[in-house]
Amino acid sequence: MTRRTVVTGMGVIAPSGVGVDAFWRSALAGHGALGRLSRYPADGYPLTVAGEVRGYDPASAIDTRVTVQTDRFTQFALAAADLALEQARLSPDTLPPYSFGAVTASAAGGVEFGQREIERLWSRGPGHVGPYQSIAWFYAASTGQLSIRHGLKGPCGVLVADESGGLDALAHAARDIRYGTTAMLAGGAEAPFAPFSMACQYGHGLLSEADDPDHAYLPFSDLARGFTPAEGGAVLVLEEEEAARARGAVPQARIAGHGTTWTGGEPHVHSAEGLAKAVLGALDEAGCAPSDVGVVFADGLAHPAADRAEADALRQVFGPALDSLPVTVPKAGFGRAYAGAAALDVTLAALTLRHGLVPPTPYATGTAYDLDLVTGAPRPTDTATALVLARGLAGGNSALVLRAPGH
Amino acid sequence: MTREAVVTGVGVVAPGGVGAKAFWELLSSGRTATRAITLFDPEGFRSRIAAECDFDAAGVLTPDEIARMDRYVQFGMAATREAVAEAGLETDEESSWRTAVSMGSAVGGTTQLEAEYVTASERGASWTIDHRKVTADLFRVFSPAPLAGEVAGAVGARGPVHTVSTGCTSGLDAIGYGLRLIEEGKADVVVAGAAESPVSPITVACFDAIRATSTRNDDPAHASRPFDRTRDGFVLGEGAAVLVLEEAGHARRRGARARCRVSGFATRGNAYHMTGLTREGLEMAEAIERALRHARVDPSGIDYVNAHGSGTQQNDRHETAAVKRALGAHAHDTLVSSIKSMVGHSLGAIGAIELAACVLAMDHDTVPPTANLDVPDPDCDLDYVPHEAREAPLRNVLSVGSGFGGFQSAVVLTPGERAR
Repeated sequence: MTRRTVVTGMGVIAPSGVGVDAFWRSALAGHGALGRLSRYPADGYPLTVAGEVRGYDPASAIDTRVTVQTDRFTQFALAAADLALEQARLSPDTLPPYSFGAVTASAAGGVEFGQREIERLWSRGPGHVGPYQSIAWFYAASTGQLSIRHGLKGPCGVLVADESGGLDALAHAARDIRYGTTAMLAGGAEAPFAPFSMACQYGHGLLSEADDPDHAYLPFSDLARGFTPAEGGAVLVLEEEEAARARGAVPQARIAGHGTTWTGGEPHVHSAEGLAKAVLGALDEAGCAPSDVGVVFADGLAHPAADRAEADALRQVFGPALDSLPVTVPKAGFGRAYAGAAALDVTLAALTLRHGLVPPTPYATGTAYDLDLVTGAPRPTDTATALVLARGLAGGNSALVLRAPGH
Repeated sequence: MTREAVVTGVGVVAPGGVGAKAFWELLSSGRTATRAITLFDPEGFRSRIAAECDFDAAGVLTPDEIARMDRYVQFGMAATREAVAEAGLETDEESSWRTAVSMGSAVGGTTQLEAEYVTASERGASWTIDHRKVTADLFRVFSPAPLAGEVAGAVGARGPVHTVSTGCTSGLDAIGYGLRLIEEGKADVVVAGAAESPVSPITVACFDAIRATSTRNDDPAHASRPFDRTRDGFVLGEGAAVLVLEEAGHARRRGARARCRVSGFATRGNAYHMTGLTREGLEMAEAIERALRHARVDPSGIDYVNAHGSGTQQNDRHETAAVKRALGAHAHDTLVSSIKSMVGHSLGAIGAIELAACVLAMDHDTVPPTANLDVPDPDCDLDYVPHEAREAPLRNVLSVGSGFGGFQSAVVLTPGERAR
């Protein structure tokens, strides 16, 4: 009997809301949280609109001893994990040693901390790099700090990846649970808005250079002009289903299946076949038919070739049924937080299964593609199965099937 | 029915030896490849030693690849091509979806990123950066994710492709994850390994700042001294190694030689400190015990432990305690050695390089030595095979790694079988 993985807690730090309740309310309202990039002076740069977490300092959730040795991306992960554990009502010290682990994904790492220290090196000399650079900048910082903060001695993993890797990290945690671990903190959080980090990214041509937040990120629209990046992310508490029920936890959803393929980095033109294969793999692992799926949280890159490829992939899998299958891109309202985006989408998918409402695609008024894109008001649904899609700029195509508890 | 993962190809780019053959010659000779840093001028830095690769990309990569790829990706590609050629691996339309890539790197493209940063910031004078001065496709370097992507492109893999970045355990973890992909039926072939080229000012400065690296600058060849009482830190290295992992039946059907099996993997967090280690090594011992159980190998069946052996005071004590706890009395009978004494510590890559060394050691029934182990440390009292390689029949081999973040990983290799 395969050990099954359920989500028992979700912690969110997003531009559109901190905490699941605020985030969900904002998603249902179709609230747009994109705004002028303010983390550094953005005038004169290609990117001026972004999804920033404002009015909340993740450092406020963490003691100073840790904030001085962490970048903002790790602080987001730590703050999100606190919220997730609170919702799960799970105190890590109640589990046996080695049975609780952590997996995080990141694309950017500790870029702001890193730029500050590299600036000291080059402007002042070798002796001026601080002692925390080595543990704040690297990708493993968030998982390491989570492990220390909560005494997690189980499997510790780190994937470097963008959106698709965020889904892969959750699948990776589910695999750890299949291999015998009882509980995992899993997710992704990012803080990419440092000047050098963004300077590295202008070249790929997929960032929206619009200066009007209302028209910056319009997936599946004929006005699509690229995506708007965001910071923040989500961390989930995943538990082996029987152990979770035995301790009286309320499963929010089940990670039922995952599939991932790779089709190369060039603007996603080859991703249709790869994404379709990933979806079929995820459905197969979940033991579901395409007709079981009642809602799709799309990747929605807002690049014409990429959007076309995604719509084609969905058509390949769902056939004529796609005409009435709700497809949504709630992150159009708060931006793509790289590896954090996938964890945020999975959170929304779990909330959709629980509350029976599909959140809309903010800022969108319609679609140029043959999809039933949810816009305007949230759409009622009684489905027990959600599909979450994510692609990465490096060429990954991933799909995750989430099912309501008991299904 | 359990699916098993056999190794059908090995590729290595290491200091002192490019290619598995040259690498083994170095290891079995006990020579060291540590030297004064040549990749940049280390004047003013605390530690000015590294184990660098004398790598001629022109021999293995096309001019376009050389132009496109950062140094560590070039290492990874060269190691991939060697491993895949040995395995005789070819992918077609159908098998491409069953071929996966799992690559590790701790710091990725930081060498090129730093060089670009220096230009675009006018040597750190400008916080906001002149973005017009960076290379247009720098996004390919921004994260290490393109490492796995380039490898996937080179071998025609379209299955799961991911990059692992658990710091200094990345190499072991990437190969361990590859094992799981095969066991769970997510892939029939996994090209798994790791690559790193961290010898740049910012990375050297990072380790200077926490006094983790050796300052034996006047004697670089003897600077990496694992388990020696006079050890004073690790010596930074660079390189890559790639293993072709293959489901045993898949390898057998196509007549590929199984050099050995990757049979056990586990990783654990110490939940103690980002860089500090306990004296007892309980968590590393736990990782070893789990990996042995996964491999169905009794602790007494381990003939060789390829140690993390970084040459810091705390690591070598910690690790010795962990091996003793996990293997019990047998710890004193088994052979233990650290090849970091010869090839340095290449952060994310070293776990893969060390596993490649283990495969070669099993092939040759020879344990590579721990160079520079002159003065025994009372806290490190196992048989570390000082100075000279030692012949010994090797059935089961254990490789362990320990890294920042508190991560402790272990991989077990067991004998494979010739294709029937």
